[in-house]
Amino acid sequence: MTIPTSSIEQVIPGQGSMAQPEEAHPSKRKRQRFTFIRNKKAAVGLTIFGLYVLFAIIGPWIAPYDPSARGNDLVQPPSADHWLGTTHLGQDVFSQILVGTRSVMYVGLLAGTIATVLSILIGVTAGYLGGKTDDVLSAFANVILVIPAVPLMIIITSILNNASDTLIALVIGLTSWSWNARVLRAQTLSLGRRDYVEASRATGEKTWRIIGFELLPNLTAVIASGFVGTVIFAVLSEITLAFIGIVSNNGWNWGTILFWAQGQQALAQNAWWWFVPAGLAIAFLGTALSLINFGIDEFVSPRLRSAGKTKVKTASGRTVRMRIGFTPVLSSKGGEPS
Amino acid sequence: MRYFLQRIAFYLFTAWAAITLNFFIPRLVPGDPVQSLIAKYRGQLSSDAIQSLYVLFGLDKQESLWQQYLDYWKQIFQGDLGLSFTFFPAPVSQVISQALPWTVMLVGITTIISFMLGTGLGVLAGWRRGSWADGLLPVTTFFSSVPYFWLGIIAIYLLAGPDSFFPSSGGFDSGLVPAWDQYFIPSAIQHSLLPALTILISSVSGWILSMRNMMVTVASEDYITVAHAKGLSERRVAVSYAARNALLPNVSGFALSLGFIVGGTLLVEIVFSYPGLGFTLLQALGAKDYPLMQGIFLVITISVLVANLLADVAYLLLDPRTRKEG
Repeated sequence: MTIPTSSIEQVIPGQGSMAQPEEAHPSKRKRQRFTFIRNKKAAVGLTIFGLYVLFAIIGPWIAPYDPSARGNDLVQPPSADHWLGTTHLGQDVFSQILVGTRSVMYVGLLAGTIATVLSILIGVTAGYLGGKTDDVLSAFANVILVIPAVPLMIIITSILNNASDTLIALVIGLTSWSWNARVLRAQTLSLGRRDYVEASRATGEKTWRIIGFELLPNLTAVIASGFVGTVIFAVLSEITLAFIGIVSNNGWNWGTILFWAQGQQALAQNAWWWFVPAGLAIAFLGTALSLINFGIDEFVSPRLRSAGKTKVKTASGRTVRMRIGFTPVLSSKGGEPS
Repeated sequence: MRYFLQRIAFYLFTAWAAITLNFFIPRLVPGDPVQSLIAKYRGQLSSDAIQSLYVLFGLDKQESLWQQYLDYWKQIFQGDLGLSFTFFPAPVSQVISQALPWTVMLVGITTIISFMLGTGLGVLAGWRRGSWADGLLPVTTFFSSVPYFWLGIIAIYLLAGPDSFFPSSGGFDSGLVPAWDQYFIPSAIQHSLLPALTILISSVSGWILSMRNMMVTVASEDYITVAHAKGLSERRVAVSYAARNALLPNVSGFALSLGFIVGGTLLVEIVFSYPGLGFTLLQALGAKDYPLMQGIFLVITISVLVANLLADVAYLLLDPRTRKEG
């Protein structure tokens, strides 16, 4: 039914993607997505991330106890009743972690979205328009980048008494977009000089259309990896804010658990079950997101892929280390050069 | 030289932006925060402190916003950051000047070690791709995803204790007086080992990763092949040809990521009760001591700017291209 995309491009050379019929898109996109998943790192990362999203949705329903409900077993190690032990008030740590997942994921994804949208607006505009606009926007992004974000967040959140999750996501999003904007600006600068963009400019396309339909699709990978990076940063920031106790105390997230553990001397009581699981939950989420980012990086730039078997025996019995991007060099003595 | 002047102008502009931000943040608070603070302290605040609070929050209605802004600048140039009420009646500048050396020493030394170690390992991982060095990546990724402070908690749990060599909190033995003598300095070093290790482990992975990626990119350049073809030793090609060129983005990255590292370090100090800015910030947060919080933010920002300027000087020395156009 569908005509292979490659033949179309040969038939109508020079007109590029604008000339492609609609039917050609799904099959092409499916194939690309498949390559991305085939990357082992990305697949593992996406699987773990999916689990977290699942728990963010169903966590509060499947939690065995109310995370704030007090019990009679104070500071108990893990048992059949309380899988991850209890706190100083007899609260169930496992339930706290399950319920806390939602707040963490919500803030992380919302802040990531806010920061990504801002960085696209500012970075792509600066890179494409150039000139004075670029100077002003770049200076603005650099200023925000250099000012340390975490202390700024701490001060803003502490002045906004008992900020809600949404407000915290807003504060994190507004303070963490600048790195991505910088990367996007550089990428847009290099794309903006390509022939196909010049061509669409010459045919009199409107600026918004060039940005939206010519530039943005080619920036997808950069945007995606920026988004993932910001989500990691936002999650860590939210947990940091909760850990030092300046976030509203009516909700649970992993930082709140650590806040209580630290405040109630969990260390001195050897109550490892109180602070280890929450930290591991953060670490695995962060690792999953980093793996997705590695996947994106390697998808975009094949050179970064870890090479598999690299030692090859030549006919004369020498070993040569093959590396992507390197021209193999035989040393005069034979064998592997140190 | 022109490049250098541009950078200085940029940092002055950023400092201005940070100070202005610092001026406006307290003025955005709705309601009358001073009344709630007075209520919180139940009459323990002196009238001086209350007056300075009204000025801080811009509730001093007798002056226009512009006049307040000018006054604020005048105060900053005099080094007057207001009165702290956690450490009442000490002025904020005095509290900060006591805490600052601790943070600067801890962060400065660990960041430099971490940068050198990470870059070195990154060179190795990028050059010997496909060998055991690839195994570094997942391990370091995991550690960089862990919040600094949680790693600190774990370090205290595993390594510190009553009988352990590592003390679990503080910056020096409680029986000592800060001084440059043979009792105090070893104690201070001993107390800083564990926090420093924590920061090192969490921050080193970023350098490894970015250096590895740069090495991989640089290694496919023609001049590397030429260097190989000339018969230069592997070591010489890796260090003098590839690593030297791959280092540049890492140096500019060093400047930019300082702000993030400082943020993480504040938290490590809190966990270890280390007497630096982070711990002071925690105390200020607990007491809603806004003048102290703002002073700390300002000092951290200015320090990061100075460190950035130093990194720019290093960049200038490393990259001849920036020097040529002067």
